[in-house]
Amino acid sequence: MIQPLSESPTTAPHATAPALLLRGLRKTFGDVVAVDGLDLEVASGECFGLLGPNGAGKTTTIEICEGLTPPDAGTVQLLGLGWNHHANELRQRIGIQLQETQFPEKLTVEEVLRLFRSFFRRGIAADEAIRMAQLDEKRKARVGTLSGGQKQRLAMATALVGDPELLFLDEPTTGLDPQARRHLWDLVDELKKSGRTVILTTHYMDEAERLCDRVAIMDHGRIIALGTPQQLIASVGGDHIVELAVSGDFGRPLDPRLLTAIPGVQSHRVDAGIHQLSVTSLHTTVPQIFAAIDALGLELTEFRTHSATLEDVFVALTGRNLRDE
Amino acid sequence: MSRLAETIQASSLFQLTAARFRLFMREPEAIFWVFIFPIILAVGLGIAFRNRPADVLPVAATTPQLTQALAADKGLRADTMDEAAGTHALATGAIQLLAIQSPQGVDYKYDDTNPDARIARLLADRAVQAAAGRRDPVSAQNRLIHETGARYIDFVIPGLLGMNLMGSAIWSLGFAIVEARQKKLLKRMVASPMPRWQYLASYLLSRLIMLVVELVVFLGFARIAFGVPFRGSLVELALLCLITSLAFSALGLLIASRAKTMEAASGLMNLAMLPMWILSGVFFSASRFPNIIQPIVRALPLTAAIDALRGNMLQGMTLPQLGVPVMTLLAWLVIPFFVALRIFRWR
Repeated sequence: MIQPLSESPTTAPHATAPALLLRGLRKTFGDVVAVDGLDLEVASGECFGLLGPNGAGKTTTIEICEGLTPPDAGTVQLLGLGWNHHANELRQRIGIQLQETQFPEKLTVEEVLRLFRSFFRRGIAADEAIRMAQLDEKRKARVGTLSGGQKQRLAMATALVGDPELLFLDEPTTGLDPQARRHLWDLVDELKKSGRTVILTTHYMDEAERLCDRVAIMDHGRIIALGTPQQLIASVGGDHIVELAVSGDFGRPLDPRLLTAIPGVQSHRVDAGIHQLSVTSLHTTVPQIFAAIDALGLELTEFRTHSATLEDVFVALTGRNLRDE
Repeated sequence: MSRLAETIQASSLFQLTAARFRLFMREPEAIFWVFIFPIILAVGLGIAFRNRPADVLPVAATTPQLTQALAADKGLRADTMDEAAGTHALATGAIQLLAIQSPQGVDYKYDDTNPDARIARLLADRAVQAAAGRRDPVSAQNRLIHETGARYIDFVIPGLLGMNLMGSAIWSLGFAIVEARQKKLLKRMVASPMPRWQYLASYLLSRLIMLVVELVVFLGFARIAFGVPFRGSLVELALLCLITSLAFSALGLLIASRAKTMEAASGLMNLAMLPMWILSGVFFSASRFPNIIQPIVRALPLTAAIDALRGNMLQGMTLPQLGVPVMTLLAWLVIPFFVALRIFRWR
């Protein structure tokens, strides 16, 4: 366990204090190690993403940050303050959206927001939160009649009424249709522009790429990669991913060395008969791949390319797909 | 003035209580169970136990002469049937007593554990002896009274009131809290700066608002429809209802403090309430239970509540006279409340 950091004696926002500081964070549930020695620092004004498959420990981590789950070991500081001594102050200054909160179905949107607004000493008017979450038309509608996306935006609005400096969003778009997701992304963009620190978890890599300044990829309770989406993608070793399958090799597997020998191919792996190559520049490498396969007398049955994504980073780091679990 | 109203409206305790109240009013089933059901029950019992002329008891005899002798009593309705038919009628409850002509005189066949049958036995024997020429040595006259306050409906109204205060407090708190926990709303609430005590207090406050409506509706109905008496102080009656409701709210809070599912909660609620429905003297006096279990019966909050309500309404007793039940209720208020606060599961 790491020495506890001395807590800032003043409760005023500290210009230099990071929005979030985790040191040696650890949490087990019975035999399961949910969070396994996590260190993390998120700067003020940053939009930070915790990525990983289900069960990677994202929610446990974020709930420890939110002061809902006490860690077994390690320290948590938010805005330079700790939960032990400044819980009330922190609750006033952060906004939280939890996974799968069901608000009372028979209250209206406006009633729910007035209720949550009443918990904060200062904040924005309930009407303002309704406008930000684009729920104006649903102001008088009961929660039970809202769509999934609208419910999620209501959850966001309840996190916003206290005009928080720091926002935690746990899987904000899980289960939403593409349009509802884009709606929510716009809202997060707006929050970023207003200078708030946003920390979100997601298992959608496109979401993290679209929204986050920096991401941490989590697996089995640890951070296995940390950086901007561009840095992480670059770490795969190529900007592009080529996927291909061949036939006509008469049961003999295509020798990966033949593929990795091609200039510009950075890495190779096979998954269910599909060869995946990371490639730096398509226009020079792809013709050579074609030529090599041709020379072996094989036939291409599948061929596609895409720009490398965080998904590919996760695959490269763990050998597993994100949605496998 | 309007500034003050705005401040109150913006306060979290007001908003929490208002939310609770709204949720209750938007739940038609809850309205039914809290407001309508007790009235239906009171009407049903009022009809079943309305003041009829004293019951005429059905009896039978094996000979026409005997039947005639029995029919001479206004309290009996007599038929003639043979012994086999009479025994069957006894077994099915169609008659309370069968008088069998025997060589020595008359045999009465009846169930001595049934009060009606025992009355039938007394009336039948009196009729038979009178028909045979017996004269009473002492002349006796009857002076009948039908006083309000001594009727069954007067007895049962405070019982129903107590039962209703128990049910509405335990159900409304228990289900609402467990539902909020199950839907992760409780977790969301404690993730906000909401003071936790206010969340629990809002349940009690909204319960008290409902209590006023409940009392006015139910007792008003009992007064108008049945002329049930209010012999004690109305202020003290209101205070007793308040203590009762708070005590059961505390119990509801305790029941809901850990349960994670509605099924578990409803099992616990029934477990808590069932003994009281049976033992606490809602429909008949709790003193009928054997002495050995009386300490348990007396310690139940519903027994204390009903004793206190009956004492106030029917006997006009004052609060100091009701010290024992009131103290029992206060103990049931304080202990479960603090235990619940300690063990409450917020997520």
